[in-house]
Amino acid sequence: MAEERDDIIEYSLYTHHSEEEGKKKRKKIWQVTLILSIVTAVEVILGIFVKQHSDLWLTIKILFIILTVVKAAYIVMTFMHMGDEHKILRRGILWVYIIFILYMIFLIVGEGAALYPRMYNFPW
Amino acid sequence: MAEHTSNELSALVGMGEERRQSPVGASYGKLMMWIFLFSDALTFGGFLVALGLTRYSYGGAWPIGEETFEGLPFIAGSYPLAFVAFMTFLLILSSVTMVLAVEAGHRMDKKGVTKWLLATIIGGLIFLGSQAWEWSHFIHGTNFGRVELSDGSQAIVKGKFGEINNFEVLRAGSYYAGIEGAITNENIAPEDKNLMHAFRHAAASRKLSGTSEALQLVLHDGTVAKVNKEKDENLHMIVKVPGAVHPVSTAAHKDTWIHEEDGSVDLYYEGLTNGRVTYGANMQENEYGPQIYSNFFFFVTGFHGFHVTLGIIVNIVVFVNVLKGTYERRGHYEMVEKGGLYWHFVDLVWVFVFTFFYLI
Repeated sequence: MAEERDDIIEYSLYTHHSEEEGKKKRKKIWQVTLILSIVTAVEVILGIFVKQHSDLWLTIKILFIILTVVKAAYIVMTFMHMGDEHKILRRGILWVYIIFILYMIFLIVGEGAALYPRMYNFPW
Repeated sequence: MAEHTSNELSALVGMGEERRQSPVGASYGKLMMWIFLFSDALTFGGFLVALGLTRYSYGGAWPIGEETFEGLPFIAGSYPLAFVAFMTFLLILSSVTMVLAVEAGHRMDKKGVTKWLLATIIGGLIFLGSQAWEWSHFIHGTNFGRVELSDGSQAIVKGKFGEINNFEVLRAGSYYAGIEGAITNENIAPEDKNLMHAFRHAAASRKLSGTSEALQLVLHDGTVAKVNKEKDENLHMIVKVPGAVHPVSTAAHKDTWIHEEDGSVDLYYEGLTNGRVTYGANMQENEYGPQIYSNFFFFVTGFHGFHVTLGIIVNIVVFVNVLKGTYERRGHYEMVEKGGLYWHFVDLVWVFVFTFFYLI
């Protein structure tokens, strides 16, 4: 028994697709899976072999953050279908969040570095 | 049916059919799910930014992921980050099965949705079980614990803890008076649980004395016993808080650690027999680093685990509705998509927790 609700039916039917399109989409999903797995494996291997405070560590740390953002982008754009959404929804959610969180990071990490000399000998 | 209602509505507000489209091109439910996820992402973002602030304010004393998380269930030894990597991979896989369920829903393939959604639920349950194991491992702590050395420095201790074979009774108390031979894991009192537990309890409550060669402890009933223990292997210490003598060690430079040739064994047992040891973690103390470190661990991974739990419940509700054919009758599987959005979000958060809590 179909419910008579035009608000739901209107948009949710847009996303329906055929068997052939489904095949393409599944291929894409498995490709993204492969990328995410490889990135995670690379992160773990680097995490084990490059020690903190070594000369390479700063480079690795920045690389970790870049790889994390890459992984997040794949999850949001492909798995959460944000890439297929209307651009107003996509920008409204993503840009607002990214700008706000960058502002927070800029503010807070700077404050943390300023606190460091005061708190170094803090008891556990 | 639907046509009729919408025409009436359009006539009512006085605009054409084509203008009734939502500016974001998504249904109300999906839009609200995105707005909820946006706010939830701010909460997690707040946690992680706070973690960054705290971490920066502690400098080198902050524990390193590969030093703290190196255990595996059922297997002894040190496997840095292996278990967390497994958990991350598991969550990514359950995200994949979820997106496959959504894709099957777009083709109105009830069988496909059922199969992949079930796989997602199972993946989520395994993840939750893994997290429970990790919490218990973190709370229980290592056999060595963290010691305060005689100069006031704090060091975490690594290496292979020599197995405790038995306790040889020297002066029996009320409980162990009737026991013949040495105390082993078979005949130990329920109050003392097992040899390792009794040893750690004695060390933490200053009931352990002697040197690494000859250790004595007092059990719950006042029994004095000699500890028969294998020698520890490769016992070395990483100084986290400097004291009068020992500077802070760094993970990259092994020469800053205290090795056996620098007298690490005597230093360790000197601290241990004076009760200057901390085992495991709780809200008051922990062996890994600054107190706020374990509080962040409990809070961040706990809040994430809470989200996973909710996600599993949502998935189970959706799964039951798939089986009942609710969405088949409705004409679309959008509810799977909405539940999926939440589930992917949980995966997304873990990707960041993995980097900022464990890796960096």
